[in-house]
Amino acid sequence: MSPSSCTARLEKTLVAINVNVDGRSASHDVEPRLLLVHYLRDVLGKGGTPVGCDTSNCGACTVSLNGQSVKSCTVLAVQADGADVLTIEGLADTVDSDLHPVQEAFRECHGLQCGYCTPGMIMASVDLLKENPNPSEAEIREGLEGNLCRCTGYHNIVRAVQTAAAAMGSGVTA
Amino acid sequence: MTVTDKEYESAFGQPLRRKEDAHLITGQTRWVDNLSAPGMLYAAYLRSPMAHAKIRVNTEPAKSYPGVVAVYSAADFGEAQAVIPDAWTVHPEMKKPVMTPLATDEVRYVGEPIAVVVAETRYQAADALEAIDVDYEPLTAVVDLEEAVKDEALVHSSIGTNTCFYIESPGEDYQAAKARAESEGGVVISRRFRQQRLLPTPMEPRAVLVVPTMDDVTVYAATQIPHVLRLLLAMLTGQPEHKLRVVAPDVGGGFGGKINCLTEEIIGVHLARRLGRPVKWTESRSENFLQMHHGRAQIQDIEIAATREGKLLGLKVDLIADLGAGLRLFTAGVPMFGAAMFNAIYKMDAYQFNCRTVFTNLTPTDAYRGAGRPEATYAIERMMDELAAELGMDPIEVRRKNWIEHHEFPYTTISGSVYDSGNYEAATDRAVELFDYDALRAEQKARRERGDRKQIGIGVSTFTEACGLAPSRVMGQLGVGAGGWERAEIRVTLTGKIQVVSGSTPHGQGHWTAWSQLVSDKLGVPFEDVELLAGDTATGPQGMDTYGSRSLVVGGSAIVKACDKVIEKAKRVAAHTLEANPDDLEFANGVFTVKGSPGPQISFVEVAAATQLAHNLPDGMEPSLNSAYTFDPVNLSYPHGTHLCAVEIDTETGWTEIYRYACVDDVGTVVNPMIVEGQIHGGLVQGIAQALFEEAVYDDAGNLITGTLVDYLVPSAADVPSFLTDRTETPSTDNPIGAKGVGEAGCIASTPAVVNAIVDALRPLGINDVQMPCTPERVWRAIQSAKGGAA
Ligand code: FES
Ligand code: FES
Repeated sequence: MSPSSCTARLEKTLVAINVNVDGRSASHDVEPRLLLVHYLRDVLGKGGTPVGCDTSNCGACTVSLNGQSVKSCTVLAVQADGADVLTIEGLADTVDSDLHPVQEAFRECHGLQCGYCTPGMIMASVDLLKENPNPSEAEIREGLEGNLCRCTGYHNIVRAVQTAAAAMGSGVTA
Repeated sequence: MTVTDKEYESAFGQPLRRKEDAHLITGQTRWVDNLSAPGMLYAAYLRSPMAHAKIRVNTEPAKSYPGVVAVYSAADFGEAQAVIPDAWTVHPEMKKPVMTPLATDEVRYVGEPIAVVVAETRYQAADALEAIDVDYEPLTAVVDLEEAVKDEALVHSSIGTNTCFYIESPGEDYQAAKARAESEGGVVISRRFRQQRLLPTPMEPRAVLVVPTMDDVTVYAATQIPHVLRLLLAMLTGQPEHKLRVVAPDVGGGFGGKINCLTEEIIGVHLARRLGRPVKWTESRSENFLQMHHGRAQIQDIEIAATREGKLLGLKVDLIADLGAGLRLFTAGVPMFGAAMFNAIYKMDAYQFNCRTVFTNLTPTDAYRGAGRPEATYAIERMMDELAAELGMDPIEVRRKNWIEHHEFPYTTISGSVYDSGNYEAATDRAVELFDYDALRAEQKARRERGDRKQIGIGVSTFTEACGLAPSRVMGQLGVGAGGWERAEIRVTLTGKIQVVSGSTPHGQGHWTAWSQLVSDKLGVPFEDVELLAGDTATGPQGMDTYGSRSLVVGGSAIVKACDKVIEKAKRVAAHTLEANPDDLEFANGVFTVKGSPGPQISFVEVAAATQLAHNLPDGMEPSLNSAYTFDPVNLSYPHGTHLCAVEIDTETGWTEIYRYACVDDVGTVVNPMIVEGQIHGGLVQGIAQALFEEAVYDDAGNLITGTLVDYLVPSAADVPSFLTDRTETPSTDNPIGAKGVGEAGCIASTPAVVNAIVDALRPLGINDVQMPCTPERVWRAIQSAKGGAA
């Protein structure tokens, strides 16, 4: 996201925010125009959430804000004041056994290639399964409409979400 | 759990989970934009808002902006500016206009970089751009390809023409074939196809971080070509090659888009050296659409002549290719790469190929997934369906009458390629079965007879492509300024673990996994004991990188050959230890044994330790098992396949959906079927996207009006179906693995399959073509004008 020129002359007063990110609280003084995604990436060093567009279309930057998946390039950091933010880095430990079932399923089903869309896909899928624990193929495809992947052709992403739904539904790894 | 824990010798051919996934699914990634260095500055580029104009640049006003460290235009670099490199001299007389990293006194496409700001933060750099003062004196923009040919307005006045080169092959044979078709009651069919401009759109835009230390420079780049980039940057910036390191860390897709060396890399090196501080630049998506090269962009006039029985007699191709505003690395070669592929899998007596390449005031074009082969395949496969329709034959039957048969390989085609192996019959038979072709034809017939609102159409595409770029000698003959070899080094540690250094650089293809499978299979060590080092010129200084489905075919072959060298030496050490003759030893499953004797044996891991301890080696032997091999292929490789697509079209609205898609690909020997299938899926959707959704559209002034992901319709999961895939395996006879390449197959084959299906659905209305992308509006208009009597 390149900050648009119309914001260039905005008053640069800094605003204090407190955000709980992946279970840790952070306090910073930020520019009002700072995007949440840039706050996560450049201020907090959370590189797991990438940026793929400047129009809120690609979904690469999807994170969970107070339990709801949002595109963090569409949210200002100041809007996240007082909120709980969950990123891919907080979804699970990096140890295999502690992966979230959705992460596990993406790996199992080859639901990723370059992996750039993957954090956003996984976060969106987690949200999708929370809303609808047993989605049909069509519901999965509709549910992930806001997340673009250029590598996988989506076939295996859909399988991954189905596999995760089955695993979570069966209580195997809930 | 992995298969390899138990039986490492069977890693080859197994659908093993990918090693690279663990860090990608947990967000522990190293995209260039995730990297930083102490004291890092941010660069932002001012880009031309005009397609063609004389410019005068004043950077002064931006210099006083908060946080700004430097602002430069072309004038500040003088001679050091160098040029945007091109590497393919297709024709000795081709015109090579100079394009500089920052425009000097004229801009030639919207998005061309004009000036750069370096500031303490991302936002400050972007803020200061608007203060740069540029005077634009508009010139006529050459936007339309056929207008460009007329040379009424010029993109580069210095070369006096918009034509870069024109190549014409002698047409007598084709004329004779055509005359024969006409005199014997056969058919001659001609069509004009447009290959719309496409935007490669890797999900990760480009990014560059340049870190200077003393007199060394390290460039972290989102690139497919770290090795080529290092060479080019050395030549262009004067930073000596041995003091220049290029690293491609995690790279978020490329599809050909990241095979160039552009302004941001070249100027990035200058900035870091001048300012003595690390400088990072990250591309926005909108910038990406303007600056990363575009793909396709051709007008194709195709004519075929055939007998009444459906035997092809001749093919004539007239191309006009849109190069855009100037040459990048492979720009001029892309249409020529297709020249040998128009005849595809078919036998014929005559082939004429004419090609004109033309400059326009649009973003330069270059290789995009398939590069020349999708364009060629589209043209011939559309024509084969047209031929079938003209003769009232089944489109698969027409292909059967013309393709090279299984027993005819190796086969030299009319355009001079030597196809080593193939079995088009087997792939087609399997695809027909998987698709349930007869049932769908019956359904089509029933819907037609009932006059249903929703009609279905069935499209066929049988294809081959040329992969495994390429014998260096062939690249030389074609005028490419690069070799086609690949390098691999096998490093064996004292504990018997393996590091593979590969010159082939991944950006999503699964090299970590496939390479580990190859090595595990060859050396008999567990899959987990193999690690890949790639994408860093410090660890692997030699390589030709990744494009054109060459990784496994060329890079993998280098690995296999390097492993052979390791084994050969290990065998001598083993023989010495076992006090046997090396010729009497055999090596299997990681163990050396004496032939025909159950007695003494020694494992590869023990040999590795013995070799490195060097306590007891044969006299004069070097105490290391490390080996390297540089593999130069003897031929290209020719994967093939048969794709079948059924679409359902709402004849009232033009809405088109893919109803069923089945394909059988033959990519030769398969190392990891899971990865192969994933590559096919991804390619299918990119090819379907060309057929149905994507197009870079410009207005008359040369503005890209599909300049964001709002307007440029990259399909989402909701826009495409799941696929039925299968494969046959006909190994390549020209490399030690038998692999043929898979990265582009889906993308090449699916576009004609989809459009053939659309035309098939509409043919009863008298429609024999729909131009891409076949949007609902285009389909609806075609139906309306057919109904109105106009074709
Ligand atoms: S980066 Fe947020 S939607 Fe694309
Ligand atoms: S895996 Fe590359 S964009 Fe989705």
